[in-house]
Amino acid sequence: MNITVCLKRVPDTETRVRISDSGTSIDPGGVKFVMSPYDEFAMEAALRMTEASGEGEVVALTLGDTTSQETLRSALAIGADRAVLLNGEVTMDGLATARALASELGEADVPLILFGMKAADDDQQQVGPMVATLMGRPCATGVSSFELTDGTVVCDREVEGGTERVELPLPAVITVTKGEFEPRYASLKGIMAAKRKPLEEKEAQISPARITVEKLEYPPARAEGRIVGEGPDAVPELVRLLREEANAL
Amino acid sequence: MAGKFQGIDFYDVDGLLSEEERMIRDTIREWVEDRVMPLIGEAYIERRFPTELIPEIAEMGMLGANLPEEYGCAGLNNVAYGLIMQELERGDSGIRSFASVQGALVMYPIHAFGSEEQKREWLPQLAAGTKIGCFGLTEPDYGSNPAGMITTAKKTDDGWVLNGTKMWITNGSMADVAVLWAQTGEIGDTKGIRGFVVPTDTEGFTATDQKGKLSLLASDTSELHLQDVHLPDSALMPETTGIRSPLMCLTQARYGIAWGVLGAAMACFHEARSYAVERVMFDGPIGGKQIQQVRLADMLTQITQGQLLALQLGRLKDAGTMTAQQVSLAKRANVNMACDIAREARRLLGANGILVEYHSMRHMANLESVYTYEGTHDIHSLILGQALTGIAAF
Ligand SMILES: Cc1cc2nc3c(=O)[nH]c(=O)nc-3n(C[C@H](O)[C@H](O)[C@H](O)COP(=O)(O)OP(=O)(O)OC[C@H]3O[C@@H](n4cnc5c(N)ncnc54)[C@H](O)[C@@H]3O)c2cc1C
Ligand SMILES: Cc1cc2nc3c(=O)[nH]c(=O)nc-3n(C[C@H](O)[C@H](O)[C@H](O)COP(=O)(O)OP(=O)(O)OC[C@H]3O[C@@H](n4cnc5c(N)ncnc54)[C@H](O)[C@@H]3O)c2cc1C
Repeated sequence: MNITVCLKRVPDTETRVRISDSGTSIDPGGVKFVMSPYDEFAMEAALRMTEASGEGEVVALTLGDTTSQETLRSALAIGADRAVLLNGEVTMDGLATARALASELGEADVPLILFGMKAADDDQQQVGPMVATLMGRPCATGVSSFELTDGTVVCDREVEGGTERVELPLPAVITVTKGEFEPRYASLKGIMAAKRKPLEEKEAQISPARITVEKLEYPPARAEGRIVGEGPDAVPELVRLLREEANAL
Repeated sequence: MAGKFQGIDFYDVDGLLSEEERMIRDTIREWVEDRVMPLIGEAYIERRFPTELIPEIAEMGMLGANLPEEYGCAGLNNVAYGLIMQELERGDSGIRSFASVQGALVMYPIHAFGSEEQKREWLPQLAAGTKIGCFGLTEPDYGSNPAGMITTAKKTDDGWVLNGTKMWITNGSMADVAVLWAQTGEIGDTKGIRGFVVPTDTEGFTATDQKGKLSLLASDTSELHLQDVHLPDSALMPETTGIRSPLMCLTQARYGIAWGVLGAAMACFHEARSYAVERVMFDGPIGGKQIQQVRLADMLTQITQGQLLALQLGRLKDAGTMTAQQVSLAKRANVNMACDIAREARRLLGANGILVEYHSMRHMANLESVYTYEGTHDIHSLILGQALTGIAAF
């Protein structure tokens, strides 16, 4: 079965980001960008599906500027068959992104479209379900494992305190969380093969953003720690503070 | 503790790398972070090479990565290969040594000097990590002067018989196959030295672990004993032509070391810088004191110089014009640089610097082996001295 994985280029979660002078975006200087970790899980899921069945292609799709080529190459290096870059601006408006992706996906008509559950940068969790809505497809979110049967996909979702199993008719959209999809490392041969795989660039059909960022702020500096005593004698005071000051108990 | 290692790149050296080269480097960096860093301190004090890493090292294609795809290798250029060595040694010199020996000292000679049969039999298995190799050149009394070796190979009717002792052999005890160098003519005949591919289960071959090391503890270093080791004719690597052949292998391995030690130096610098800004003594972070700023500035300068040195060496190797003397210069300069940085980083860390939870002292101790093997620092001085004056001072 053919699978398209939509992915996003984001700052490495370990990078310390700086707010740019405009105050509404981060300064990209010195920041390492990577494929969003949840998208890596989605990519891993897609590769396992096609490897197990021995058929179908995995296409990596992204909306972004030319720097996103690098992210697509890394998808090709770990095993995607080809990649498509929709050239256009990524904003906080998830619907604008979803429209651009859906108009591209609508042409291809792939039975299964995967997203990471959320992008590691803006955490909005919007784009996958919005694309499903625009395309009139069923959507399961936060899927930790799934299985394809004849014409349907059975998904396990991580929900509070357990898992929930849902069944969706194909074609469908799934957003993936880590679950069992520990991503693989690219092999060196895979990296070398990536440059020979097709990477197509198109202009995105993008509508103007209706959500704009007013300002970004750093989290408040953490207050200094306090030692309340030592050994067992300190426990009552610690419990009192946790209850009365920290409201943690 | 220091945050995630993201490389040192003060001079936009990344801008001199291709996208593939960067991607390869980043992939190995990630792997080292995930797989090597969590276990290396413990493996070091347990004095064991972490063999559990071998399958993934092989699967990703790190073994003999610059050899051709036809024999199961990744066929990378030499800059990408160097970057892999850099990242592995950021973890530990023992891990890089393992990969250097397997790739540059076992797979390379089989590829360069072996028969087609030897290549087909051994290279794919060595690339896949299902067979491990070692390289036996050094002897107890012939270290810097391997041409004087007294291990002999005597011709018999149907093959060869080897006798002698090899010392300081990396991977020696865990190896399935040894590339062994022996004198087939009179002792001292530089043209008489030939190489053999020897399965380690051959009768008369034994290996014993070198006890008492205080350096490169996460590496297998062994002594090999060869007592009437009978080999068929097919064990001889037909294209070996004297001491020149093992020296060509050393050029390959030294090339990898010139890159590898940059990784060790970067690891120490990264640790020292983070420690300096976090450690408060007297009225502020020690990184706010001039002495420590000088230390850090020196480290950064030396690493940046070393990066450019290694990169240009790699470009020359890829162009096919690199000379052995250029490799000597880079091995000598970069190892010395890394030794200095590791020691300064350890000192900057105060008492914490002697602990295994930090990395600088482990690197510092390891790098003393790297300073000595593959041609000691002194021997590379003499190689350059000979190139400069035309006078051999060995
Ligand atoms: C951890 C480790 C792993 C190793 N792995 C391998 C391996 O896998 N395979 C292998 O074959 N070998 C291996 N070696 C051996 C290594 O290559 C030798 O130790 C090295 O060549 C030096 O030889 P040596 O120890 O006998 O020192 P020596 O040659 O005895 O040198 C002693 C000192 O004298 C100096 N010196 C020597 N000759 C001269 C001269 N003419 N003028 C001035 N000074 C001189 C040296 O620089 C050194 O400081 C390994 C060594 C170590 C420590
Ligand atoms: C094996 C061992 C045994 C020991 N035994 C004892 C013992 O028996 N009793 C005991 O009391 N202590 C003992 N010590 C502690 C030892 O005296 C301290 O480690 C030492 O005083 C350094 O302190 P520190 O480790 O906190 O380093 P720090 O003071 O944090 O220093 C870190 C680095 O910053 C530098 N630095 C500090 N201040 C400045 C400054 N103002 N300007 C510039 N640079 C600065 C230091 O030189 C060092 O390089 C022992 C330490 C070790 C390693």
